[in-house]
Amino acid sequence: MFNHDKLSKSEIKELGLIATMVRMHVINMIANAKSGHPGGSLSAVDILVTLYGKCMRHYKEWSEHPEFEDRDRFVLSKGHASAALYAVLAEFEYFPVEELMTFRKLGTRLQGHPSYGYLPGVEVSSGSLGQGLSMACGMALGLKLDKKDSYVYCYCGDGEMQEGQIWEAIMGASQHKLDNLILFVDRNNLQIDGQVDSIKSLGDLKAKFEAFDWAAMEIDGHKYQEIFQAVSKAHKLGKKHKCPVAIICDTVKGKGVSFMENNPDWHGKAPKEEETERALQELRGDYNG
Amino acid sequence: MVNESDIKIKSTREAFGKALVEFGRENQNIVAIDADLSCSTQTKLFAKEFPERFFNAGIAEQDAMGVAAGLSTCGKIPFVATFSVFAAGRAWDQIRNGICYPNFNVKIVGTHGGITVGEDGATHQALEDVALMRTIPNMTVLVPSDEVEVRAAVKFAIEHNGPVYIRISRTSLPTLFNPENYHLEYGRAQLLNTGWNITLVSNGETLIEAFKCAELLKNKGITADIINYPFVKPFDKDILLKSAVKTKKVMVIENHSVIGGLGSAVCECLSENMPTWVKRIGTNDVFGQSGQSSELMSKYGLVAEEFVSEALKLIEIK
Repeated sequence: MFNHDKLSKSEIKELGLIATMVRMHVINMIANAKSGHPGGSLSAVDILVTLYGKCMRHYKEWSEHPEFEDRDRFVLSKGHASAALYAVLAEFEYFPVEELMTFRKLGTRLQGHPSYGYLPGVEVSSGSLGQGLSMACGMALGLKLDKKDSYVYCYCGDGEMQEGQIWEAIMGASQHKLDNLILFVDRNNLQIDGQVDSIKSLGDLKAKFEAFDWAAMEIDGHKYQEIFQAVSKAHKLGKKHKCPVAIICDTVKGKGVSFMENNPDWHGKAPKEEETERALQELRGDYNG
Repeated sequence: MVNESDIKIKSTREAFGKALVEFGRENQNIVAIDADLSCSTQTKLFAKEFPERFFNAGIAEQDAMGVAAGLSTCGKIPFVATFSVFAAGRAWDQIRNGICYPNFNVKIVGTHGGITVGEDGATHQALEDVALMRTIPNMTVLVPSDEVEVRAAVKFAIEHNGPVYIRISRTSLPTLFNPENYHLEYGRAQLLNTGWNITLVSNGETLIEAFKCAELLKNKGITADIINYPFVKPFDKDILLKSAVKTKKVMVIENHSVIGGLGSAVCECLSENMPTWVKRIGTNDVFGQSGQSSELMSKYGLVAEEFVSEALKLIEIK
């Protein structure tokens, strides 16, 4: 996918439009379901849109051939951001956009947390926090065994890094020199009960990754150019040092909706009708922008 | 069944390790994951022959399960081996949410199941693993009772698409089955002896004790059906109901807590279909302790000499 070093202005604009559309889906889906996780979904949108739009080898091939083995894999370890993932998948034609409104409803393929086996693009079942990185490691090992050059992208929350299993997987990934594994950490600094730093601080996360023999970088998780270039750089770093790469993304929980931004109350709460309207109005403003 | 005089004592863990190598030669998709116990679980045999298909997760069972889940999405057939207590206990959520919910093709082999772990004591004695694994949807649970059945269980697990838990003991066990004609059928129990007065249900290490119990009862003129349940789940109802309608008394013997294991499965089946007197022999909602495995089997009432009196009491109930 990386046939150029930088995104052009028009590509950045295009990603911005998709991201705003995805944010509106997220708000509508959660409002319609009367439940869900807006905060952590909105913080993930720009990264997901850049990844699916500009970095991953995926959808056209996969939608035509569900078993397309050479696809890059994506594992949403912080499964509660499912609304963002589903909205991105729909925007990239994995399934009809109309289906987004079934989110969290009885009988839906769009389960509260991603459920494998129903929806194209969902590679694992996730949402019990801390598990996705191990699964991504297994995929990366499997791809290597089969001599595939596909990448595995895993996406964790910063609060999620408190789970012990994450650190088991971090050690395993460097032990097995998984240079086909890239981890995004969505560092929005908030978890349900408040500030990550006040609950169980992660300290210097970049230094921690490096101490575990990963390559690591810190970027702004809402800047498309930075995200794109970070992934491109991660590919090179991984190959050079034969190691997995962490891209720690500074993000804003609730990004794009002013009254949700940086407010842990919006971790797992649906907006009411009036709040939904306000949120959509803001986003429409961005879209027309 | 083979003749008693020909009985050989064999390590079922070694049987597992050898079976994995045997089938690993035929099927390149088989991979093994261990959690720093490859000498105990005997996955070291596989590691030696197929180093590129063996992954040591280190002392990290939760990670081992997740890695197996990921490998299965690439078409691999991962066998994760560790002690039962760490597989089913430590990594339960990973097995539930990461493997069984998506119905991934992961095989979990818990060695050192039951009280017979011995000297290591209660922390390492899995007395709840069958209960823990049996309650998870999509999971198949096997408790084989000798080397022949272990090999058959491994073969079954490879051919079956979906998660499987196989519980193996630490101790070496007498070979009860003839490898020439032993056949393991999905979800089917086996009637190994027929009688009139009581049904003895067992699997795993205690199956031999059920036979000994039947012998002791025979001396008193009491005859027993013996049913072997290699599959605790899916549970074979028909064979149990057919036997219980005849004998009216059922005794279950297992190296597991009386809560949630084979004994519970038997009670669930009988109380829903044909209420019948049942006696469950197992550890009675207690933790184990250190000791030799044979001492512990006696201490916790898992040898025929200890529980034959329970069978007699059960038969006397009118």
